[in-house]
Amino acid sequence: MPDPKLQIELKAPAGAMLDSKVEFRKGTYSNPAQPKSLKTLGLPNARKWQPTDLDWQLPPDWQRIILDGMRERLKKYRSFQLFMDACVRCGACADKCHFYLGSGDPKNMPVARSELVRSVYRRYFTLPGKLFGTLAGGRELTEDVLKEWFYYFYQCTECRRCSVYCPFGIDTAEITMLVRELLNLVGVNTHWILEPAANSFKVGNHLGIQPHAFKDSLEFASDELKDLTGLNIEIPISRKGAEVLFVMPSADFFATPHYYTLLGYMMLFHEIGLDFTVSPYASEGGNFGLFNSHDTMKGLNAKIYAEARRLGVKWILGGECGHMWRVLHQYMDTMNGPADFLAAPVSPITGTRFENAASTKMVHICEFTADLLYHGKIELDPSRNDRYAVTYHDSCNPTRAMGLIEEPRYILNRVCNRFHEMPAQTIREHTFCCGSGAGLGNEENLEMRLRGGFPRANAVRHVREQHDVNLLACICAIDKATLPTLMDYWVPGVQVAGVHELLGNALVMKGAKPRVTNLRGEPLASGAPHA
Amino acid sequence: MPSARFPTGCGHRSPPLGTGEGMAALYATGIVLLLAALGALAAGSVATTALVTLVLPYLAWLTLIAGLCYRVWLWARAPVPFRIPTTSGQQRSLPWLRRAQFDNPDSGAAAAVRVALEVLLFRSLLHNSRARLAGGWLSFVPNLGLWLGGLAMHWALLIIVLRHLRFALEPTPGWVASLSALDGILQIGAPPLLITDVLVLLALLYLLLRRFWIPMMRYLSLFTDYFALLLLLGIALSGVALRHVARVDIVAVKQLVLGIVRFDPQLPAAPSPLLLVHLLLVCTLAVYLPFSKLMHFGAALLSPTRNLANNSRRVRHVNPWNAPVPTHDYAEWEHEFADKLKAAGLPLDKVDPDKVDDAGPKAAN
Repeated sequence: MPDPKLQIELKAPAGAMLDSKVEFRKGTYSNPAQPKSLKTLGLPNARKWQPTDLDWQLPPDWQRIILDGMRERLKKYRSFQLFMDACVRCGACADKCHFYLGSGDPKNMPVARSELVRSVYRRYFTLPGKLFGTLAGGRELTEDVLKEWFYYFYQCTECRRCSVYCPFGIDTAEITMLVRELLNLVGVNTHWILEPAANSFKVGNHLGIQPHAFKDSLEFASDELKDLTGLNIEIPISRKGAEVLFVMPSADFFATPHYYTLLGYMMLFHEIGLDFTVSPYASEGGNFGLFNSHDTMKGLNAKIYAEARRLGVKWILGGECGHMWRVLHQYMDTMNGPADFLAAPVSPITGTRFENAASTKMVHICEFTADLLYHGKIELDPSRNDRYAVTYHDSCNPTRAMGLIEEPRYILNRVCNRFHEMPAQTIREHTFCCGSGAGLGNEENLEMRLRGGFPRANAVRHVREQHDVNLLACICAIDKATLPTLMDYWVPGVQVAGVHELLGNALVMKGAKPRVTNLRGEPLASGAPHA
Repeated sequence: MPSARFPTGCGHRSPPLGTGEGMAALYATGIVLLLAALGALAAGSVATTALVTLVLPYLAWLTLIAGLCYRVWLWARAPVPFRIPTTSGQQRSLPWLRRAQFDNPDSGAAAAVRVALEVLLFRSLLHNSRARLAGGWLSFVPNLGLWLGGLAMHWALLIIVLRHLRFALEPTPGWVASLSALDGILQIGAPPLLITDVLVLLALLYLLLRRFWIPMMRYLSLFTDYFALLLLLGIALSGVALRHVARVDIVAVKQLVLGIVRFDPQLPAAPSPLLLVHLLLVCTLAVYLPFSKLMHFGAALLSPTRNLANNSRRVRHVNPWNAPVPTHDYAEWEHEFADKLKAAGLPLDKVDPDKVDDAGPKAAN
């Protein structure tokens, strides 16, 4: 933890936007990828290097590679071509980025971030840029520019907040995705993204948890649920012919506090008698390919449909995860569909047909659960969450790349008695990122994460002081992994939990023994056993 | 942790002298003034007058149209591989949840409304706020200056362009005359002061000054940002002066413009230098427009984050270049982990369990 406490300042920027010197200071960048991961994923220029090295060991013709890559992508993505052409630098996005607000670094203003590549676009791909160079806002593609790309496009969490405020909807997330692809072409990428991606590819999930360990971990959860409820709660693995394939981020079965969310899902599935299965082959809903390239994303995502087809399920249900849902909602069907071997999802409990997922055949767990609650299919005792005063962090991607906003709130308002919203400028489509998304949630980048998470923490601090909020609910695995650190630093005393953990706490289960603790083993607030 | 304070940001170093932020504005001002001077001087001889009034307009129009076509072709040729709307409100999911129809459109028609609201009303800027940091607290205050300034400038410009049709059409259509009359409804002075003239000048001035005054705006402004505003300001100022200060013979102007429009250009007898300034600046704008950020109106219509319906799970979106990528398929995977799967009692689908022993297929990891 940075000590003394980080001082956040927003001062008048000095210097020129298109000047390209960047200093790699410990705590503000991610380590480069290991050659092994690049080889697994078939990516070029595998080598050992450090961003602080003077020589990045780029291929001799790296400039040509990057420019050819740009030319190709300008033709393949209208978004890229438009976003390179359209910006008028009106400044609306400037103070919308959490990294700018937390670092005060003017190049973290979304407009400045995209100017890093837009300037190169102008110089090599537009007439005025070719003729007038700097005067037309053009810039030579030098190694310093490339280094700057690496620094700042790995200081973007692809949260899309700037895009909401831009009059043209220019989406820095899209630009970041494409620039990271370009960097990829010359072997400039980060360890914390490529290792999980390689593990997902080879083994099936980010941590490379092998099938037997996957099974152990789920059995452990079953045992724990037995202790908690007295019920035999089975978690079927690779069961052919199940109605539903359930895919969650792997952190749910291997990290805390994610694990309590897993317990919540499993209690719910048991209680409603859902006919489901999970798979060790497709044991990762999260997709670090999104943080690397469209191709990697597609290759990793392909496993989900492949496994659904092999197991012969009817439809797919997805757990709580942020970027995972961006991929599932906006890319999966286009990349790996059509899923014509599946059926349009219908809740076996309520009979609700999920029209909104009729083509992709994949439903978000919050949509599924909200539907159950609406139809009164499960009994809840919200007082079991009385030790918590809860607020909700809208995870960026389900919000701004999908619009899943009210479903989790509908659930939260029924599973706990004390729920308080953060200020309007920091929730729903205005939500602030945790500061660690898009593959930046690593230890070596801690200072930048704490800075980027500051606006979110600031809003939590507000409700903590106003309403004694002590629990931050969210529906994203990266949130669950990194918000606890953020809270400890800026707002001590606030825990982080998944929505389905709170649901698990409140869920009244048939035949269960009286509940004395919540899923974390903490005594229930009232002290007396609950029915 | 070496230092916790970053006066000018984390990774950002001071630039060398001479590339300062003021230079861009200075260059832009210089070029606009130079153009204006050229226009004024052109009135001095018949040859240069002919160049500005008879040749330049055609060249400018040609460049404008060719440039527009080129840019539109550039955008149209690139497909939209993925459905990536930025959603700014509740999706359509469960029928009983209230959804944000236009901020999260679920049909093409709703997306069209979203784009229209943006183009006509600058809706995103209406939600703009300013972040303030004081006493360790971050707060947000509404910030409508840009919305108001931008909206005033664009709408006033549109009306001004439409008003100018009275020079290019004979007889002047009734609606153009009414528009002009409405614009002068305040009845101040003679000829009456036009509301849009005042608005466009104030708005341009505001948009220019904020680039000077607000430090972060100064930082992110480029030559083209100043140049576009100054050019428009020059056009507006010379236009207003032609009406109110160095008043020009309207009939002569109409004759000149009609001649150009009818491909029968007539050399004006006694051209006003100011008129030539106005004309030269307008021609510069027409030439500059297709090659500059002034093409942003196209993006407002075509941006895939705004003009697409958020229905990618309901309706399949097709990527025309969807190419195969390397995958690790189930059979390969099961082969690699067969021993682990068998030992854990997990089902094997592709490999015969009896043929897997402890020394059998090894996990690659």
